[in-house]
Amino acid sequence: MISLAGRDILHGWGKFVLTGLGLGLLIGVTLSMAGIYRGMVDDAHALLDNSGADLWVVQQDTQGPYAESSSLKDDVVRSVRGMPGVGRAANVSYLTMQVRGEDGQDVRAMVVGFESDTEAPPGSPVHLVAGRHITRSHYEAVADVKTGFVLGERIRIRRHDYTVVGLARRMVSSGGDPMVFVPLKDAQEAQFLKDNDAIVNDRARTAANPAFNRPGQPGLLEAVQALQTSSHSVNAVLVRLAPGAAPDEVAAELRRWKHVAVFTRAEMEGILVAKLIANSAKQIGMFLVILSVVSAAIVAFIIYTMTMGKLREIAVLKLIGTHNRTIAGMILQQALGLGLIGFVVGKVAATLWAPFFPKYVLLLQRDALTGLGVTMGICALASTVAIRAALRVDPGAAIG
Amino acid sequence: MAEFISQQRPGGIRIEGLKKVYGHGDTAVAALKNVNMQVAPGEVVGLVGPSGSGKSTLLKCLGAIIEPTAGRMTLGNELIYDNGWRVKDLRALRRDRIGFVFQAPYLIPFLDVTDNVALLPMLAGVPNAQARARAMELLTALDVQHRAKAQVSQLSGGEQQRVSIARALANRPPVILADEPTAPLDSERALAVVRILHRMAREANTAVIVVTHDEKIIPTFQRIYQIRDGSTVEVAGEGRALD
Repeated sequence: MISLAGRDILHGWGKFVLTGLGLGLLIGVTLSMAGIYRGMVDDAHALLDNSGADLWVVQQDTQGPYAESSSLKDDVVRSVRGMPGVGRAANVSYLTMQVRGEDGQDVRAMVVGFESDTEAPPGSPVHLVAGRHITRSHYEAVADVKTGFVLGERIRIRRHDYTVVGLARRMVSSGGDPMVFVPLKDAQEAQFLKDNDAIVNDRARTAANPAFNRPGQPGLLEAVQALQTSSHSVNAVLVRLAPGAAPDEVAAELRRWKHVAVFTRAEMEGILVAKLIANSAKQIGMFLVILSVVSAAIVAFIIYTMTMGKLREIAVLKLIGTHNRTIAGMILQQALGLGLIGFVVGKVAATLWAPFFPKYVLLLQRDALTGLGVTMGICALASTVAIRAALRVDPGAAIG
Repeated sequence: MAEFISQQRPGGIRIEGLKKVYGHGDTAVAALKNVNMQVAPGEVVGLVGPSGSGKSTLLKCLGAIIEPTAGRMTLGNELIYDNGWRVKDLRALRRDRIGFVFQAPYLIPFLDVTDNVALLPMLAGVPNAQARARAMELLTALDVQHRAKAQVSQLSGGEQQRVSIARALANRPPVILADEPTAPLDSERALAVVRILHRMAREANTAVIVVTHDEKIIPTFQRIYQIRDGSTVEVAGEGRALD
C-alpha cells in the first residue's frame, strides 16, 4: 500500500516545508527557553563548583552571599580556620556592578574580591584560558571572557583602574553575569569605602559631635574617623574541608560556636536553584506551557485546514472503500511529519542562535529528545480534531 | 481484455420495490417510493429524471452509501439488501463490487495517474506491483497510458474522466454507477466517454447505470429508466450507434 500521507506531502512540499519552517521557529523558541533555564541552573552550579568551597560561612540569619546580602568582619576567617575539620578558609566579597572598559563601555559584572596573596584559596578564579593569575597586591584583575575584556586592558572599578592580567572561562554569577576577580583589599574598598565627598561630610559631622571632643581624651576623634573610613568587612568566608571531615558536622560546630550562618554545598545549591532562580524557573515553565499550547493550537489549525481542503478527496476515498484507519493514519502521519520538520528546524535554529544570547543557553540532548517526544505528542493530539472531522465526512458527498 | 473478462465477477444488478424515506412521522419524506430496475451484465442503461426526483438518493442506495428503507437488491447472484443489508462490510462491497464514476473526475490530486487507478486494488490488498500492472492495463485500454506518470492536474478534462473510468473498473466490479459523467465535457468528449462506457460494459461484462441529463448521450442508450416522484418507469431508448 502506498503512503497517502507521504504522497500528499511530496505533492505540496513547498507549502508543507514553509509551514514546518514557521512551526520550527516556534519550537526553536521553546527549546531556547528550556536552554535558558538549563543555563541558569548550570550558572548556579558553575558558581558553586568554581568557588572551590565545601562550606559557606555568612552573616547570621542571612542566606548570603548570593541570595541575600551578608556582611562579616574579615577577622572571622581566623577563628574559622581554627575549627576542627576546616582545611582552608578564605574571605571573599561579591559585588555586582558596572565595570567600565577601555572603550568606555560599561559591562555588568560581578566583582569578586579574593585573597590573591595566597596559593589558590577558595573563591579564586579557575579555568584560566589566557594570561596569568593576580600576582600583585593591587590593581590587577582576572576577567571572564564573556566580559569582552582583553589581556592588558585597563578597566575601571569605582575610583581605580585595573589591568586585566588573565582571562577565565565559565566564571559567572548565579545571574549569569561574568566575574571580574580583584584582590580582596581592592574589592573591600570598592564595596565598602565611601566616596571622598561622603568621607569629608562624615568627618565634619563627627568632628561637630561634642562627645568626640571631650577634654582629656586626645586622639578619640581621629580614632573614630579612622574607623569610619576603614573597610574590614567581607561577604562570606569560604571553607574547604580537611580530608575526611563531614560537612554537616563542621557546619554545625561553626554555627554553634561562631554565631554565623553556615551552608553546606547541598544547602547552597538548594538556595540557588530552589530559591534564587525559582521564580525565573516558574516564569520560564509558564512560558514553555504557553508555547506548547500555542504550538498545539497552530498544528491543530494547520492540520485541520489542510484536511478541510481535502474533504472531497476524503469523501471519494471513503466511497471507494478506504478504511477509516487509513484516512486517520494519513492525517496523523502528516501531523507527525509536520512536527518532525518543525522539530529539526527548531533544533537547528536554537543551536545557531544560542551563542548570541547574552546569557548562557545550555541545550541538552535529553531536553531535545524530550522536546521531540512532546512535539510528536502534541502533533498527534492536535491531529485528532482533523481526524474527527475527516471521519465524519459522508462518502455520499462525492456524489452530488 | 480477455483476461479481464474471464476474471469478472458474476454481473448484473436487480432492484425490486426499493423505498427510501427520510425522517419520521409527520416530517417523513419519501424520496424513493417504488423503484424497480434490472441491468444485465454488459448492458448500459440510462437513468433520467428531473431535479429532486430521487436520482441521487437511488444512486446512494445502489452504491451502499445510505441504507434503503425497504425493498430488495441483488448484485450478481447475491442478495445484498432485503429490507436490511445482507452484507456486513459495506466498505468492502463498495470497494470490490461497485465502481463509481462521478460528475467531476474527483481523482486524488496527490497521486499520479497510475496510482489513482492502482489505489483500489491496493486497498483490496493486491500487492503494489500487481495493482500498478492492472492500472496500466486499464490505462492502455482507455488510451491514456502515455499519461501514466503524469499528475492529475496535468490532464485534460477528457483524460481525467477516462482515468476515473479506469479507476472504477480497477477491481473488476460487476456494476458501475456513473453520476453525470459527461456533464463537464463538450459533445465530442462526452460521446467519447459514453463510447468507452459501452465498450467497457461489453468487454468487461459490467452492468453500467448512467445518471444523466445530457441530451447528447441519452439517445445512445438501449434502455432508459425514468424516475419521477420516487418511482421508476422503463422506456425504450434509441440505442443510437456510437461508432
